[in-house]
Amino acid sequence: MPPVTSDYGMNAESDWMNAAHSTGTSIMAAEFNGGVIIGADSRTTTGAYIANRVTDKLTKVTDHIYCCRSGSAADTQAIADIVAYHLSFHGMELGEEPLVETGAAVFRELCYNYRDSLMAGILVAGWDKRKGGQVYSIPIGGMCVRQQVSIGGSGSSYVYGYVDANYKPNMSKEECVKFITNTLALAMSRDGSSGGVVRLGIITEEGIERRVVLGDQLPKFFEG
Amino acid sequence: MSSIGTGYDLSASQFSPDGRVFQVEYAMKAVENSGTVIGLRGKDGVVLAAEKLVMSKLHEPGTNKRIFNVDRHVGMAFSGLIADARQIVDIARREAANYRSQYGVSIPLNYLNDRVSMYMHAYTLYSAVRPYGCSVILASCGEEGPTMYTIDPSGVSYGYHGCAIGKAKQSAKTEIEKLKLSGMTCRELVKEAAKIIYLVHDELKDKNFELELSWMCEESGGRHEKVPEHVFLEAEKAAKQAMEADSDSDTEDM
Repeated sequence: MPPVTSDYGMNAESDWMNAAHSTGTSIMAAEFNGGVIIGADSRTTTGAYIANRVTDKLTKVTDHIYCCRSGSAADTQAIADIVAYHLSFHGMELGEEPLVETGAAVFRELCYNYRDSLMAGILVAGWDKRKGGQVYSIPIGGMCVRQQVSIGGSGSSYVYGYVDANYKPNMSKEECVKFITNTLALAMSRDGSSGGVVRLGIITEEGIERRVVLGDQLPKFFEG
Repeated sequence: MSSIGTGYDLSASQFSPDGRVFQVEYAMKAVENSGTVIGLRGKDGVVLAAEKLVMSKLHEPGTNKRIFNVDRHVGMAFSGLIADARQIVDIARREAANYRSQYGVSIPLNYLNDRVSMYMHAYTLYSAVRPYGCSVILASCGEEGPTMYTIDPSGVSYGYHGCAIGKAKQSAKTEIEKLKLSGMTCRELVKEAAKIIYLVHDELKDKNFELELSWMCEESGGRHEKVPEHVFLEAEKAAKQAMEADSDSDTEDM
């Protein structure tokens, strides 16, 4: 094997031709008064190459359960498909929509059992009539924990402080949209592998409302 | 009995010409020979009560229970062959535990009921097996509130406010129908359940019996458990008093 040196993807034979698509990412989900809001950037990279600048990392699992995917695009897409299949079957058996907790448990089971071969950090978020809006974080390794607000992906490390300082329980919908858009804009501007547009999903009893904040409409912060 | 089977009662996998499955009907007979078991569903929970007939004075009291825990929030009572029932309890427990480990939450009773009745029904389809010789009452007080189902040896199940299986199910049902179940608390239901079991017990045919009482309600923290000692004694006392009052009035009538 040749010595490992990075050429930032400039050499024609370098990593971006062979490297796996991965969602070097900024994702987040937060509970608010009436439901839950999920958000993500839209950049998919293959090494240093941006394979897709308008990716949708917010993936439907059931009508009221969505997941935010980070890590390997292939792994997380496959997991989301399998869980969607399981939950739709389970929903038919139950005669009602599965609980968000149940959705998270199925994700965790897969992520834990195949932890040695998967690269997946997933946020499961949704609404059900038992517990309302909920967020479950399933990081690499297959742990599962409920949080009121959770962030994930490579961009998240830059904004933990911002989230801690600005998240309040029981925010209004628009207040929470603003909070998530700001957090993701900050993460995207610092993290090289996050960027593009901000995609949002507002999940309430009525279902999901999707929004997009385009690159030129993102909130501006100090950029040194 | 000898003439009705006429060759069509040897296998659970064969219909009679008039569309009956005799093996299943015989299994129901096994249930009718066993002690009465009732379930009462009130506004805040469910009470299960069993009349355990004691065949010999040499048996130790408190053994061969007829009410089981299936999960924290689910109880099962049976009438019929105890060995058959234990197998069903085992299946129900496994279903409940698997559900919890797969889906992270406790099993909804309607789902458990579907699974267990499918299992019992499967044993009415093949010539190599016989149907289960027992009926079971499944009850829970979980996230969906108080719920109760009864499953027959045929695999048929219904949801109930009040139900009775076993020897004196008819007279027990008549007694249950007199109650305003949906307005009653478990505290009241425990007493009524004990009264009914004492009332329908046939002293002439079966000398000894043990009363079993369990409940799941707010007072038990949503768990299915044996009713506490003092509640049990209170209910038993009330039942015995009611019986005495009853026999007094009987003599007056004469």
